[in-house]
Amino acid sequence: MNATTAEADVIIVGGGLHGCSAAYHLAAKGLKPIVLEKHVVARHASSASAGGVRRLGRHPAEIPLAQASLELWHRLGDMLGADGNFRPSGQVRVAENEAELAACATRVGETRALGYDFEELLDRDALRRTVPAVSPHCVGGIRVARDGYAFPFKATTAFRHKAEELGARILEGAGVTALDRAGERWEVATGRGRLRAPVLVNAAGAWGREIASMLGDTAPVKPTALMMMVSDRMPHFVDPTVGAMGRKLSFKQMQSGTVVIGGGFEGKVDHATELTELDFRQLAESATNAAAIFPIMAKARLVRCWAGIEGVTPDDLPYIGPSKAAPAAFHSFAFCGHGFQLGPIVGSITAELIVNGRTNLPIEPFRVDRFA
Amino acid sequence: MSLFRRLHEDGPGDAMTVTITVDGVALQARAGESVAAAVLASSDPTSRAAPVGGAPRAPYCMMGVCFDCLMEIDGETNRQSCMVIVREGMMVKRMARPKAVTP
Amino acid sequence: MASCDLAVIGAGPAGMAAATLAAEHGLDVVVYDENPAPGGQIYRAIETVSLARNSDLAFLGESYRAGAALARAFRASPARFMPGTTVWLVQKDRAIGILRDGKAAMVQANRIIIATGALERPVPVPGWTLPGVMTVGAAQGLLKSAAMAPSSPVVLAGKGPLLFQLAAQYVAAGVAIAAILETGARPIAALPHVWPAWRSGTIGKGLALLRAIRQGGVNIIRNVVALEAEGRGRLEAVAYRTVRGTGRIATPLLLLHEGVIANAQLTKAIPLAHEWNERQQCWQPMLDADGNSDVEGIAVAGDAGGIGGAEAAAHSGRLVALAALKALGKIGRIAHEALAETERTAWQRHLAARPFLDALYPPPDASAQLADGTLVCRCEEVTAGQIREAVSLGCAGPNQAKSFTRAGMGPCQGRMCGLTVAALIARETGQSMSEVGHYRIRPPIKPLTVGELAALE
Repeated sequence: MNATTAEADVIIVGGGLHGCSAAYHLAAKGLKPIVLEKHVVARHASSASAGGVRRLGRHPAEIPLAQASLELWHRLGDMLGADGNFRPSGQVRVAENEAELAACATRVGETRALGYDFEELLDRDALRRTVPAVSPHCVGGIRVARDGYAFPFKATTAFRHKAEELGARILEGAGVTALDRAGERWEVATGRGRLRAPVLVNAAGAWGREIASMLGDTAPVKPTALMMMVSDRMPHFVDPTVGAMGRKLSFKQMQSGTVVIGGGFEGKVDHATELTELDFRQLAESATNAAAIFPIMAKARLVRCWAGIEGVTPDDLPYIGPSKAAPAAFHSFAFCGHGFQLGPIVGSITAELIVNGRTNLPIEPFRVDRFA
Repeated sequence: MSLFRRLHEDGPGDAMTVTITVDGVALQARAGESVAAAVLASSDPTSRAAPVGGAPRAPYCMMGVCFDCLMEIDGETNRQSCMVIVREGMMVKRMARPKAVTP
Repeated sequence: MASCDLAVIGAGPAGMAAATLAAEHGLDVVVYDENPAPGGQIYRAIETVSLARNSDLAFLGESYRAGAALARAFRASPARFMPGTTVWLVQKDRAIGILRDGKAAMVQANRIIIATGALERPVPVPGWTLPGVMTVGAAQGLLKSAAMAPSSPVVLAGKGPLLFQLAAQYVAAGVAIAAILETGARPIAALPHVWPAWRSGTIGKGLALLRAIRQGGVNIIRNVVALEAEGRGRLEAVAYRTVRGTGRIATPLLLLHEGVIANAQLTKAIPLAHEWNERQQCWQPMLDADGNSDVEGIAVAGDAGGIGGAEAAAHSGRLVALAALKALGKIGRIAHEALAETERTAWQRHLAARPFLDALYPPPDASAQLADGTLVCRCEEVTAGQIREAVSLGCAGPNQAKSFTRAGMGPCQGRMCGLTVAALIARETGQSMSEVGHYRIRPPIKPLTVGELAALE
């Protein structure tokens, strides 16, 4: 591979969930994509993510995509031969007082007004039926039934394996060092040799800004380290993934019985070395939040904490769609900590844009030049 | 029969006896011993059921690295019993396999 | 946030020696140890034994007795000892997360000496999770701390100085040993290293141990190439194979030992820079001659920085403490040189025995003959076969294998399976151990409860 320039139909930069999903959808349409991954597949956000498959509370711009993506999540096993451990056990957001419950009602009303009926308002009793272990002070919330969670590393691996089976190639340890347009082709230099393809996809996550910049697009991204904690195994006490209106919390009990706690608390990130450092003052707050909503958690033992590097944009929405500066280049990066659910559909959108030149889903809010 | 015996069973340390309860059964231990040591000197050396397969486990390393000696001690689950010193009246339970999680 | 000049983590020989010297020279020193008393594993319960069970010293032996003076000096020094304290976090900025009596707190140290010692190399054999299978170190800890010994004739299996030391202690205490199953052959490769080991006194001590064991009439079976712990719910017998044939010994207690490795859990979690020690087949932090790591103000002393044994550890502790005293301006450069020279010479004399011991008792290749059905990760019950399958599905390193199989995700955080999982991956992919790497270790390195973390001071 080092001596000659390898050819492909599409070069995808980034071997996370979005890159592997794009590779799968392209390969399913008969193309031969190659994924260039600077480290190993699912090294950062795609293995460190909490794995929420959530429409609940989503930005209105993302809802059409999230709706379409959910249908793919429910078909993942048939589509890929592995379901990424997707469990549609629902999502709940808890209100701790009347003001928060009123905000829940407003949110559900707004979503309804947009024509979506997936969010359901829960009163005190309905909340207790759905989440019996919730703290007695909680007064209600919002529930979304067909949402759930999956296992990020396995979901990414499922896309990867199916893509490979359909003829895609994955090149690990192949960080992009240079990128040029030569005639009708992109030429990409990597740590593992040169590659050539007519089309390029930027799915480089928190490093997508650098790739965009090589293409001539200005797309601000702030790398962040979103922290997570996991407990030891506990007896089963909660089904849905639970968040809170007034607190940073994402809470789910896995099938193993372990409880994964997140919520967007940030550690420190070193962009160059790709290392993160945990901030235990912040995690103490995260622990406070978990124990406030689930008193049973106070005695649960935390066995591990970690952080994944994710790219965040100024408006908290990702970049999806064609490059403005360069021909035959497409973006799919900086999902701001809520891109896991969107992985299946955005790969499909990217493949549609490449093969058909268009998509039926509204991607205008995610255009790469919106801050230029 | 127990796996381990005390070399000084009739020695001067008898005044140092501490009584703990393991799964509801009173167990004589010596002051200064760890809970895991007391369990290993009892007729049932097991500390817990393995969380996946449910097979019995007993303390293995006795220095706080293997986590096979996890027991419930005074209402707190999954404590390293090799790192906890016995106290009069301590309530100890062997850890059962967590109930299967659905769905 | 509470603070100190120097925080020492671990009160074994290295930690005690380092803290004593540093405190005597005027540093404000705090020493954290998870155990109730100083001594570490090697001098476990040395104070109690010296005071209340003096007669036990007769079978525990001379080398154990040596710990008493260290502990006495440590107690007499102004160093503040915090027993029963778990260190669950050390940050690069030298903030330390501790847990004591159910209270979590952060403290700030000017300098840190990590002296977390060694742990026994985990080497899986079929049935090693059965009740009745333990480590030699575990049994020795019971002998020291609780004067407990096996109720029935015991089988010791493996190799290394600690195994023979425990056998000699059992013989001296009149405890019955059914057999010693010595794994591997004593290799010729050890011969070139005999002289430095002899000079350090190691060989003399070793021969005395072996003589005592033989005089005790213990059946030593050599060249054991395979072991299996058998039983339903409890150990019932040990089956073994030697180059000559097979055998089976009925016993309720099997004690395993395949040498010791640096306890790198904390140093990996910070993370300090580490290197693969090919001779000792384990990871250890990269240190300069004074024990300094690549992180400013964090040093490592004793076995946690590479296996050297208890005597070497005490000298290493003092060397590292002297460097701290120099760095904090408590002693000048010239005084440092003079004091350090003595310690360094003594340290190196003890270290000189290691090449011989490492060659005499070479670490087994954890991956070579591991059957697919053998449990590798005790916490999550993952087998060697599952790790091999994960590799075949594209897991190129331990962290992916962990994500895929849950090996290393349990409460021990990979302490028991890390090296074996890496060795399996190395063998399957044809990579070296240093290429394969190790699990990313993340704090807390010891579990703490959600409630304890929420109340962090």
